[in-house]
Amino acid sequence: MTVFIIRRLMQAALVVLIMSFLVFSGVFLVGDPTEILVADDADQAERAAVIESLGLDKPFHIQYLRFLTKAAEGDLGESFVFNEPALQLILDRLPATMELAIAALLISIVFGIPLGVIAGLKPDAVYSKFIMTGSILGFSLPTFWVGIMLILLFSVQLGWLPSTGRGDEIHYVFGFPTSLLTLDGWSHVLLPAVNLALFKLSAVTRLARAGTREVVHQDYVKFARAKGLTDQRVIFVHVLKNILIPVVTVLGLEFGGLVAFSVVTETIFAWPGIGKLLIDSIGLLDRPVIVAYLMIIVLLFVFLNLMVDICYSLLDPRVRLQDIKA
Amino acid sequence: MANSDVPTLEVRNLQTHFFTRAGVVKAVDDVSFSVRPGEVLGLVGESGSGKTVTGFSILGLVDEPGRVVGGEILYKGENIANASDERMRRLRGNNIAMIFQDPMMTLNPVLRVDTQMIEAIQAHENVSRNEAWERSRAALEQVGIPAAEERLKSYPHQFSGGMRQRVAIAIALLNKPDLIVADEPTTALDVTIQGQILYEVQKLCEETGTAMIWITHDLSVVAGLADEICVMYAGRVVEHGTVNDVLDNPAHPYTLGLINSVPSRNRRGEPLAQIPGMTPSLLNLPKGCPFKTRCPRVGPDCEIEPAITHPVTARDVRCHYPVTAGEAAAPTSEVTA
Repeated sequence: MTVFIIRRLMQAALVVLIMSFLVFSGVFLVGDPTEILVADDADQAERAAVIESLGLDKPFHIQYLRFLTKAAEGDLGESFVFNEPALQLILDRLPATMELAIAALLISIVFGIPLGVIAGLKPDAVYSKFIMTGSILGFSLPTFWVGIMLILLFSVQLGWLPSTGRGDEIHYVFGFPTSLLTLDGWSHVLLPAVNLALFKLSAVTRLARAGTREVVHQDYVKFARAKGLTDQRVIFVHVLKNILIPVVTVLGLEFGGLVAFSVVTETIFAWPGIGKLLIDSIGLLDRPVIVAYLMIIVLLFVFLNLMVDICYSLLDPRVRLQDIKA
Repeated sequence: MANSDVPTLEVRNLQTHFFTRAGVVKAVDDVSFSVRPGEVLGLVGESGSGKTVTGFSILGLVDEPGRVVGGEILYKGENIANASDERMRRLRGNNIAMIFQDPMMTLNPVLRVDTQMIEAIQAHENVSRNEAWERSRAALEQVGIPAAEERLKSYPHQFSGGMRQRVAIAIALLNKPDLIVADEPTTALDVTIQGQILYEVQKLCEETGTAMIWITHDLSVVAGLADEICVMYAGRVVEHGTVNDVLDNPAHPYTLGLINSVPSRNRRGEPLAQIPGMTPSLLNLPKGCPFKTRCPRVGPDCEIEPAITHPVTARDVRCHYPVTAGEAAAPTSEVTA
């Protein structure tokens, strides 16, 4: 276990290093931030001063090496726009995105697994076909459109839920700010979370259905029935524990996706998270923030992969961590 | 057993059909037999002859699109062919237990052995976990698993195939059933393990008076274990009698073919005998006798489906041209043609 984790962390470091190079050179190619940062009427001297203060006068490899040495100290550079450390900017907004992503994840699990199991147990029933059709809609309807429709229906027409923002009452739990301790916070997070969850919900439903259909025909399920177990026990213990293995894998990886690509949802619902920060930073070519954002996401994915492997070994006794190709 | 005149299980004219898109598959078509306490009935046939479906029909475990469409299954006189789901659940594992063919697949891979044994007890009896655990341990010891206490905490993948089948047998025995349906339980095991398990099962049946239906394609297993034998072909029983009678003196050409197919030391060097052709598809059985396309004794009457006759005493045979005692005594090469 320990050896496994250490080996995994060393690999993670390598991945992060390679990613940093790709990200840094990619952003370097995208455009020259001075065009946006320096006022149009600035003279040559002022211009040169700004460029020098941002370190943009140095050649690429010097800039990259400087970035690396500073990154090793935990400094991912200062935002050109906000004049604040880029890391701090992201960490300030990360809790909001996490909150949204966790709420969306919960919705996907709580509704997706039961729906998938129901559809998998009776694949020919009308309600199963209804569930599967619904999941196709969830897959194919564009997120931004669904978001707008949700706002139109629940905020504008019915007036049940607020359409934007995160709620005002922020409480601190172990140093992390969250709005989920109040009803107001939940009412704010519900619409964007449903919007963000829709795609994953469909994925989980389909996965749980496929798993159920496969598992119910296994001999061990028939043997469990031959033992005289009730249907509830067969489904909730024998079937469910087996289908959780693929579901956990996908959910673990998809959670990274939820955090990273909540951009659209955050933009529609004006959710003050990192997705919105990223869009703004790209618009302003705020290079350090973009780089810092991508580095954080890379770390998040590496971490989630590790967690999924550990969950594997807990769910499936046949898997031992030493055996996973690390 | 209070009343040994009543068979533990009597199956009368059982019909189990599968309603597939391609048509109705008559997997079990008019099958009858009975077993008494302490008796072992061998159900013999090739793959696809309907033996396993017969077993599942008895336990009410036939999956969609299959259904028991006719006949009676009498468990101690009670017809359970159309019993309610809850009644069947209470019988399964408690009064009628089943052992499956592939021990690698019958235990749930993600649950510990103790979980899988305790739940089998608690499904039928309101006993404490500790008591159920104690009974599970005793059951494992009964089937010859050493260090039962430790083994209970293991997962199925930590057992060998033979050990897993012992666990499955222990689970079947947990609630002291009156009837065990064993579906080729030794097929996937090597011969020495097979011998051990046969010996133990036989001993347990004698000791407890449990009746057993042993489904197999292996005549040599049946020869040593069963009291009676039912030979099935294409969903029908083609021959039924006591095991010694049938094996010494087969009346149906198919039974004779099966017996001749068993490799023997006495016929060293000769090509192995086989029944030509394959089991016909149950979707389009030939008209008349389903065995006629492979039968060496085929004649004009075979265009009509044979009814059950009794060419020998105490024997049911479904054939127009049954083999007589003299012919069978000298196994001929005609079945190999």
